[in-house]
Formats: sequence, structure tokens, C-alpha cells
Amino acid sequence: MALKMVKGSIDRMFDKNLQDLVRGIRNHKEDEAKYISQCIDEIKQELKQDNIAVKANAVCKLTYLQMLGYDISWAAFNIIEVMSASKFTFKRIGYLAASQCFHEGTDVIMLTTNQIRKDLSSPSQYDTGVALTGLSCFVTPDLARDLANDIMTLMSHTKPYIRKKAVLIMYKVFLKYPESLRPAFPRLKEKLEDPDPGVQSAAVNVICELARRNPKNYLSLAPLFFKLMTSSTNNWVLIKIIKLFGALTPLEPRLGKKLIEPLTNLIHSTSAMSLLYECVNTVIAVLISLSSGMPNHSASIQLCVQKLRILIEDSDQNLKYLGLLAMSKILRTHPKSVQAHKDLVLQCLDDKDESIRLRALDLLYGMVSKKNLVEIVKKLMSHVDKAEGTTYRDELLTKIIDICSQCNYQHVTNFQWYISVLVELTRLEGTRHGHLIAAQMLDVAIRVRAIRKFAVSQMSALLDSTHLVASSTQRSGICEVLYAAAWICGEFSEHLQEPHQTLEAMLRPKVTTLPGHIQAVYVQNVVKLYASILQQKEQAAEPEAAQDVTQLMVDRLPQFVQSADLEVQERASCILQLVKHIQKLQAKDVPVAEEVSALFAGELNPVAPKAQKKVPVPEGLDLDAWINEPPSDSESEDEKPKGIFHEEEQRHAKQQLPEADEEELARRREARKQEQANNPFYIKSSPSPQKRYQDMPGVEHIPVVQIDLSVPLKVPGMPMSDQYVKLEEERRHRQRLEKDRKKKKKKDKEKKGKPRHHGSLHTESDEDITPAQQVDIVTEEMPENALPSDEDDKDPNDPYRALDIDLDKPLADSEKLPVQKHRNVDNSKSADKEDVPVVEKKIKKPKKKEKKHREKEREEKGKEKEGEDLDFWLSTTPLPAAAPALEEPEVNAVITAPKEEGEEPRREEQGDEEEDDDSERDPEKKSSKRKKKKHKKEKEERSKDKKKSKKKKPPSDKAAEPVENGALDEEPLPPMSSYCLLAENSYIRMTYDIQGSLQKDSQVTVSVVLENQSCSFLKNMELNVLDSLNTKLARPEGSSVHDGVPVPFQLPPGISNEAQFVFTIQSIVMAQKLKGTLSFIAKNDEGSTHEKLDFKLHFSCTSYLVTTPCYSDAFAKLLESGDLSMSSIKVDGISMSFQNLLAKICFHHHFSVVERVDSCASMYSRSIQGHHVCLLMKKGEKSVSIDGKCSDSTLLSNLLEELKATLAKC
Amino acid sequence: MIQAILVFNNHGKPRLVRFYQRFPEEIQQQIVRETFHLVLKRDDNICNFLEGGSLIGGPDYKLIYRHYATLYFVFCVDSSESELGILDLIQVFVETLDKCFENVCELDLIFHMDKVHYILQEVVMGGMVLETNMNEIVAQIEAQNRLEKSEVSAQLVCLMPLPISPQGGLSAAPARAVSAVKNINLPEIPRNINIGDLNIKVPNLSQFV
Repeated sequence: MALKMVKGSIDRMFDKNLQDLVRGIRNHKEDEAKYISQCIDEIKQELKQDNIAVKANAVCKLTYLQMLGYDISWAAFNIIEVMSASKFTFKRIGYLAASQCFHEGTDVIMLTTNQIRKDLSSPSQYDTGVALTGLSCFVTPDLARDLANDIMTLMSHTKPYIRKKAVLIMYKVFLKYPESLRPAFPRLKEKLEDPDPGVQSAAVNVICELARRNPKNYLSLAPLFFKLMTSSTNNWVLIKIIKLFGALTPLEPRLGKKLIEPLTNLIHSTSAMSLLYECVNTVIAVLISLSSGMPNHSASIQLCVQKLRILIEDSDQNLKYLGLLAMSKILRTHPKSVQAHKDLVLQCLDDKDESIRLRALDLLYGMVSKKNLVEIVKKLMSHVDKAEGTTYRDELLTKIIDICSQCNYQHVTNFQWYISVLVELTRLEGTRHGHLIAAQMLDVAIRVRAIRKFAVSQMSALLDSTHLVASSTQRSGICEVLYAAAWICGEFSEHLQEPHQTLEAMLRPKVTTLPGHIQAVYVQNVVKLYASILQQKEQAAEPEAAQDVTQLMVDRLPQFVQSADLEVQERASCILQLVKHIQKLQAKDVPVAEEVSALFAGELNPVAPKAQKKVPVPEGLDLDAWINEPPSDSESEDEKPKGIFHEEEQRHAKQQLPEADEEELARRREARKQEQANNPFYIKSSPSPQKRYQDMPGVEHIPVVQIDLSVPLKVPGMPMSDQYVKLEEERRHRQRLEKDRKKKKKKDKEKKGKPRHHGSLHTESDEDITPAQQVDIVTEEMPENALPSDEDDKDPNDPYRALDIDLDKPLADSEKLPVQKHRNVDNSKSADKEDVPVVEKKIKKPKKKEKKHREKEREEKGKEKEGEDLDFWLSTTPLPAAAPALEEPEVNAVITAPKEEGEEPRREEQGDEEEDDDSERDPEKKSSKRKKKKHKKEKEERSKDKKKSKKKKPPSDKAAEPVENGALDEEPLPPMSSYCLLAENSYIRMTYDIQGSLQKDSQVTVSVVLENQSCSFLKNMELNVLDSLNTKLARPEGSSVHDGVPVPFQLPPGISNEAQFVFTIQSIVMAQKLKGTLSFIAKNDEGSTHEKLDFKLHFSCTSYLVTTPCYSDAFAKLLESGDLSMSSIKVDGISMSFQNLLAKICFHHHFSVVERVDSCASMYSRSIQGHHVCLLMKKGEKSVSIDGKCSDSTLLSNLLEELKATLAKC
Repeated sequence: MIQAILVFNNHGKPRLVRFYQRFPEEIQQQIVRETFHLVLKRDDNICNFLEGGSLIGGPDYKLIYRHYATLYFVFCVDSSESELGILDLIQVFVETLDKCFENVCELDLIFHMDKVHYILQEVVMGGMVLETNMNEIVAQIEAQNRLEKSEVSAQLVCLMPLPISPQGGLSAAPARAVSAVKNINLPEIPRNINIGDLNIKVPNLSQFV
């Protein structure tokens, strides 16, 4: 046995490290997979070892294997073990592996919460850093919720290294847990002005990401960003800000106006191409946003276009690419300025670089006009022939179609030309876009009535040419056009010259090799064709010919009946029976044509794609209501076996849609006709302008057969679209001549006109070109009273939608980072505001600042106001933007403040006297109210702003607190405050609270609220305590232990304010009392006196505890571990309800409830030095017993004493 | 946002794969392969931007890459990043690698994938650019390396007397010692010497037990 152990350890000496593994893999090129599976077996063995170094090594190797594509999620638990190693070396390996393979579906990820929290609060900045980096890759909604508060604290870390990471990761947290955005935002905003450029850049980065998704919520930051833009020298930050402005300007055109000047300056001055480019981009965005209002920015457009031209002409391909990219943005609003550079764009079409060609293609879209469309498409077609890669060719194809079909075929003057372009495109091998061509063919044929005859002739040629059918197997994409061809020939069969030939073509045996959905269309349209032939023959009184056709059908249809495709089979057998029946009738010499063609009678109208969606729901119709009760689960299981067919159908579901529609349409068409016929009020439309097309020379010029053997793929008999170019030119020339003639006549008439006439001979404008065909482009049908909604474009699953949060609204009480309380307690806890020591502490700081700020503010009131009001800022010339927008976030930061704000308007109406009646219960609240009095004046001045917030405030705000308290309680809890009286005399009253933070294991912060109760002015306040060995007041550097710490404010009569003092502590297991003195000078009309107030500061053990949530599984583990010592107490004579008791203990002693069952609850808390404290509280008839377990027995017994004291008061 | 950072060589062998959005491993490999085929057929003197790797993202995403000797560095980014900025960032990243590895070559990336990751972590975090100042990046890397070294040497010191320690130490100690030695990464210590020494110890130990 022992030998085995030793042998095991010796084996491990040969454990491969990462380098060995890599070397090994490189040496086993032939049997790599086998070697790696062997290595994975070894790794599995290594992971079973207790030694963390071995485990870390194994995990490191796994990370490498993950890169090679091996799934390592099975080792997730081991990775967590390595993450929790105490050594940075291993921790970093663990986090790296986790960041590579953890994701939201990793089930063990919830075990990491506490470990990550511990690492975040680690004294070593690199432990924290590594945890932040890892977390940024695998943060889940749960982790985000639980850690948001910890990360938020880190945003104010002393080390910029941590700050910038914490700031960046907040974006991920927001994404996963959108509720955290509002509470964290003020601090994030603060970081925009962080002294460290890295942190600043990170904050800009995050806000830009946020604003990109929901720009309107960030408009109020514009002044701040404007200031940054004019002051920052960091190009990264500048680029981000400029990009952000690009997103903001569409929402606020005035902002754009303000930006133009600094941006143009930057464009002229900067040497960095990246910055120049982004500036140009944003100027373009500005111009776009302004385009409607102000047309006189041509100078800026010229500047942009000019700079872009320089970029495009640059030899650096990257700049060329970007230049084209930006050009395409200008194109949308200022096509004229871009069209001037057509030469450049066309030149880029010939570039060897595909990316550049693609960009140039984008530009072409906006450059076509009626005049040059044919020419440009010709050029593109030549590219299609040359293009080597299918992707580029496909891109060309879609672009050609886009260009031609844009704006309802605005630029197409000759649809024959367009149809022949489409037909030519069918020669493309292996394109994915056959369906696109097909859709275009259908669209044109349906909507341009005049072209139908021509289209039908082309389509029948397509059906006739075998190349499409023959190669349907390899060229799966292109055979889609047959779908369109078959349908067009069938639907408009009256235009067919040789219907019989087409019919035969459609019934060829080869057709059965086509995909099912195409065959189905074939079958359906064969009948249409058949119907029209029958009619023709019967009219021509050729019954034999008609019978021949029927015979042909009867002969050929069976091949479709045998089809494996359900749709084809069904249609074919149905039709076969029909045809057989017709045959019988024909044999009896009964005329059938009329009845058969009645099957397909009626006009087909195009329907807008969104028409269906926009049909208004009739009143009283509830679409969500069940018509029949939903089938039970068991029934649905019974249905499952049908799956055999379902699968088949699903595969073609997409392709079959149009078919279904078509049938549907036919049915509806019939129904409508019926209805219209029966409706006496229906006004029949005037005879359709269907036959209005003219015989243009183009039709006659269709070449007969032109077989060119060098291009084997050319469709025989197809007109080459190129010829249309010539035709078009001829036509236009004729037109011009004609026009000139007319003009001359005119001119002759008005000889006294202007002597200088414009040389209009060859500068025809778009309007001069008359279309070759009198086409009436049928507009798509919309249902009557369609709803004018375009919101259906929004994706409801957009993850960024959740972050669409109004950030200017004051923070409500309910919006807080939930980290410090446990989920289970959410509804049972009262006044949760103050049971969140960490939050509170953080939040008070800004308050102090705010105070200072307000003092400053008084001096520069006017200035400040300008910065505050976005409208005002935008309406003036750029100021140096003095501390703009700083004010508001800080108001938001004070959690209690918004409440006041909400109440304010009401209170002001009621008068100030009423204020005091409920303020006694909460000194904190009182203090802020007092403060308010002081600033009443200011408030009035700012009332404009407040009105806004007043409006936004829900009316229930005042009631928020009582509701929260009593919502689930039978008896409402009295309001609780963690502040207790420190000392009091006639001058001053001091209350205090102590808060610890998990981040600082030997520090607590004492917040002292000082309230001036006299009518004197209190100043020079200084607080001093007698340090003990264990507990010391943190004094400013350089002062001795006997010096006091000055209070950073003065107190006018009736005012209160809060000061914070930091104490360092060594041991926290015992409660402590420190004697101290507050000295101050009281000044009134009679003079000033020096006064003192002694106090005793009581550091209870409770004050070292920090409310920390704990999951029940972790809690159970902790209890089982056996590391904790145990003790218990029992208190009798308690009448309070368990609910309230629990709330009270949680609140005053900083516990969080882990689990609660009836009148029994387990609670957890943690000391700032990491002691776990677990409590089990049980309530009997009149007594309460508490069992406690804690890592330190002294701490536990002291804590229990304190708990007892609290309970005794109940 | 940066969606993914891929480094692979001229033959498409991945050297660093860092996705900032979850993809299953097979898909990751597929993306690497596809990206490789996209960039491979591009000359060195054409532009460094590529649209539409069909697997990552949609039309909003771009591939921005640079080709250094045998390696391709490919960043997949969305429209919130400045194209030229990212090109600069790739340069910063590569120069940082060069500084940290002293004349970096593909072999460094092959054998020290973990270290490359650690360097990358100081440049990009969770898909967002963390730091662009090379000196700052290098300073943080070096500080972390020092921290790691101090831990290893501390471990070595405390391991010295271990073989004599009464229980439990016997089996664990040699392994730890070996891994500690390995972690130092001293190339000048030939591996076989270690093995030779330890081999001799084996009979002794078994007798002792």
C-alpha cells in the first residue's frame, strides 16, 4: 500500500506540464487524437490528487486542449477548486480556464459566488484583477446580481488598475442584470472624470457601449462629453466620444450644430488617421441629422467628401476601404455630392481587393439613375463573368437586383431589358440566390402588366432549355428560377406563343429530378396551361387536338403521382383524376374548356409583405382566447408518431410558403369575386389598362437563335441584355432628336429669349428619359384601414432593450443593488434602506461632496445652471462647461435623497412646520430636511428642473415606506434606525452608526450625525478619541495620537450634517468602548465660546459584521465542516411576532436570512475579518432560543450577549 | 465590443482562441477554420478588413486582422470599435508580446499559450479595450510575474525540509517539488538530472517505508 503511494508520487514527477503536452502533441502528428485522449486520461488522474499544484497543472493543460477544440466542461468543478487556491499562480490558471469554458449553462458556476466575492475583496490587487477579468467572461445574471454591489465598491478602489477593470466589467453586469444600471450609474459617471486616464477611458468605453444601444437616455451627458472632447488628448477616448456623438446627434440636431465646429477643427488639425476618420464619420452623422432642417452646410459636406476622396485615393488599402465606407453614409442623404466621384467608385470596382470592391458596390446603389443604370449593370454583369469566388459573385448578383429594384424599380425604364438581365443571371453556376432571381421575376411579371407577354416568352424559353433541369442536382440554387418560370407561364398562359411546346417541356421526365416544391408548382401550372390550351383548341374547333393534349396529360402525370414529395403526389393524383374525367367527357364530345378554365379565372393582385400583419383586429375579437380548450398533454403525446411526415414538411416549409399562399390566393380570389358579385354596392373597376403596352422596336429585335459554343452556358434563344444597351441608346437618341426639334421650334418662336441658352444638347436629366414602355407599376395592396405601425421591426429579444432605462429619473427606494440582503428576506424585511451598511456608507460620501459642492455652487450659481440644463447648454455657444451634470448624479447617489425630492413639491406647499412631526424617528431623514431649509432659496431657482422630476415621480412615492414595512406583516414594525445616540447637550446632538466593509478587514467607518440644537453657529469642530491598543482613530498623516480630527463642515443653527471617521481595529472578537470628546466653538450674537462634549463610542461586535447573503447549500457545507464552535442562548417573555423579530435581528445585527421555515430561521453573517457567523433562531410560545456557530468562540459569545440584549427589549 | 480574438499560423493551427461570447467548442473550431480560409486567400498588400465571416455576428461585425511572419492576428469587432484603432491595438498587443517574450516567435506562443492569455487579459477585458498604453501593460505583466516567482520560491524554501516531515508529506512532497521546479521554468537545468536523482531515491524510500 505504502509502496503504491510512493509509486504514485514518483509517477507524478513525470507529470507533463503544458510544455511537455505541447511537445508531445507535436511529436504525435499521426495519432494526435489518440495521444490527446491518453493525455486527458492522465489529466483526469491528476485532477484526483489533493495537491493543488498538480491540479493547477492539469487545468492549465486542459485550457490548451480547449483551444484545440476539446470540451473540458467536465472539469468545471476542478477548475473552481483551482480558482479558490490561495496562491496567485494557481488562481490565475483557474480563472483563465473558467473564462474559456464557463458559460451560463455551467451548473457549478453558482458555487463560485462566494469565492469570487472573496477574491474581489482580496488585499492583493492582482487577485482582485484576475477575478474581475475572469468574471467578465462568464458573468451570469445570478452572479451579476450577487456581485454587483461588490464590483460597484471596487469602482472607487484606491488602485487605478482595479478601478478601470471594475468600471469595464460593470457593462457586463448591466447586460446581465439591468436593474443595477440605475444605482451604479452616478458612480460610473463620476469615473468619466477620474484622474487616471485608463479609468477614464474605461468609463467612456462603457458609457459609449450603453449609449450606442439606447442613445436617448444619455443625451444629458452630452455637455460632459463635450468637455471631455475638447480637453482630452487621448485618441482612444476621443474616438469613442466622437463615435458616441455620432449616435447622439440623430436625436438632438442642436447638438450637431454645436459639434460641427470643433469637429471640423479636429479634422484640420489631427494627424491621426483613425481620429480624422471618426471625425468625418460623425460630421456625416451630424449632417444627416441636420439635412432636413438646414441645407447650408455644404461647406462641411464638401470638406468631408474631399477628405474621403483623399482617403480613397490613398495607396493604403485600409484607408481606401474606410473612405468608401464613409462615403456610403453620405450617399444616403447627399447623393449629389457623392455622385460627383462616380469615376473613383467605378475605378474601385476593378480593385484587386474584394473588400474594397464590395464597398464600392454598396456605393453604386446610390449612384444609379435612369440614365446610367443600364451602363452600370452592364459593368457589373461583366464582373459577374470574371468573378472567381462564389461569395463575391453572389454579392454582385444581389447588388444588381438591389440596384434595379430599389424604390419600386424607380430607375428601370425598360423592363424587357431587366427581364433579360435576370434571365442572363440564371446562367450563374452554383449561386445561392436563385430564389432572389425567382422572386424578382415573379414580382416584375405580376406588377408590370405590360411586360407579361415578354416575360412569358422568356420564361417558356427557360423552361424549354434543359440546362437548368439537367443540373438541378449540382446547381441546387439556380433551379429555383424554374419555380418562377413555371408559375409565370402557367398564370399568364394566354400570352404563350407555343403553349403546347411549353406544356411538353413541363411534363418532361427530367422534371421529376427537381426539388419537390418546384415540382408541385409545375403540376399546378401544367393544369393552368392545359386549361388554356383546351380553350384555344375548342375555340378553334379542333377536338382532336384537345383530346391529344388530354392524352398527353394522362400519359405524363403519373410520373408525378409516384413522387416521394407529399405535396407533388397529392396534387398530381388529384389532377390526374380530373384530367381522366375530362377525357371521358371529351370522348362524349362535351365541351369542357369553359369549366376547366373557370378553375383559374380571376385577377391576381400583389399584396404588400406586411399587409397581413396590418389588418386591424375587429372589435370584440380576442385573438388570444382559446377557441377550443387546448389538448391535454397526454393527447399531444399521442400525436407524436405523425412526426415522420412533419419532418419532411419542415424541411421544405420555407420554400412551400409561396405555394400555399398562391393556393390561398386563388381561393380568396374566388371568394372575393363571389362576394363582389353579390354585393350591389361594389363598384366594378374600370377595364384594366392591361393591354396598353406598345409594340416597341425592342421586341422585334429579339434575336432568333444565337448559339455561341465558346460560352456553353449561354441559354439558347435568350436575348443578351447587352443588346439593350445599344437599343436604349438608339431610343434615347431618337428621343433627344425629337425633343431638340421641338425645342428648336420653340426657340424659333421665342427668338427674343435669353441670348445664352444652356447647351442642353447632351445633358439630359433623369426626367428627360421617358420609359421605353408605358408601364403601370401596380402598387401593392394593403388592407383597408391598415394600422400605420412600423414597430414590427423591433426585435423583442434584443438583450440591449432591457438597458433602455431612463437615467435622469431620481433613484427610487426600490432600486438598489440587492447584494446585501438575501433573496428570501426580500419581502419580510422592513426599512431595508438602513440594513445595508455598505451601500449606505458608499452613498453617504457623495452626500458630503454634494454638500461641498452646493457651497461652491452658491458662488457660481449662474454658471452651474447653464451646465445643468441640457436645453440651455445646447442653446448657447460652447461654454467651458463648468461642472455640468455633476450635480444631478450626486443627488441620485443619495438613496434617501430622491425620496425627499419626490416629497418636496408637496412639502413646500404645506409649509416647513409640518416637517418635524415624523422626523424624530429618523435622524438621518431629519438632517437632510434641515439641509433642505437652508437651500430652499436655491431650490426655488431650480424649480424648473424639479417640475420635470415631479412629473416623472409616481404619485405613490410618499407611501412607499409604510407599504414596504407592512406589506406582508400582520403588525407593522416600528421604523428602525441603526443610528443611536452618542451624546447630547444644549448645543449639539450626536448620533452615530458603525459600518464595516468586507473590503477592509481592519477598518470600520463611524458615521456621526451632528445636529446643531442651539441658535449659535458652530464651527471649528474637532473630534478626538483616546485610542486603545486595539482600536485607533485614523488621523491625517503627520498628526499625533493626541490631535483631534477636524470635522469638515460648520453648522449653522438648526442644521445637521454627517461626518465620517475611520477607525483601525486589530481584534474584533470583543466589544470596545472608546472615550472621546467633541470640541467646538459656538458663536452667537453675544460672542463665541469654546465648548466640549464628551462621549463614549461603543464598538459592539455586531458593528464588525457585514450583511452577507449565503446560499443554503453553502450554509449547510459550512455547518458540516466542523470548524465552527457553538453556543446558544434563550430569552423568555417575548411577545413580538417572529417575522418582526427576524427583521429586527437582521437589521440591527447585520444578518441575512438563509432559510425560514415557520417560526424557525437560519441566518448568516460575516465579520470584516472573515469569521462566519451562523445562527439558528427558534421561537416557542413565549421564548426564543438562538443557537450560534462561529469560527471564533469569543466573538460568538459576545455576539449572543448583544443579541440577548436586543431580544430583551422586545 | 470585440467579439473574438483569434491567433493562428499560416496553416490554420490555432495559437490563441479567445471568444467573448459563448460558442460550443466545435463551433469555435469551425469559426477558426472559416476565418483562416477567409484571410488565407488575401494578399498581404490588400486591406485588413473583412466583412462577413458568416459564423460570427451579423452585418454589424467585421474581421480586422494583421499578418506577421507566420501568424495571423484576427480580431472580430462590431461597429462600435474604430477600425484603425483596432489595427493599432493589434500592433500594441504584438509589440507587448515581443517585449514580454523578448523577440517573440511562433514557438513562444505555442509553448506559452497561458502567458499569452495573461498578456491579452491586460489589453482586452471581456471584449472591451482595457489598456492601450504598452508601458502600463508591460508593467502590470511584470508585476504579476514577480508575484508568481515570489510564490514559487517561497514554496521551494518551505519544501526543503519536507521529506523528513512525519506524516502525509512523503507522497506529496516530491510531486510538489517537481512541479515547483517546473514552474520556475529554468531551461538551463536539464530534466534528466532531476529524474536521475529521484530514480536513485526510489529504492531508498521503499526500504525506509
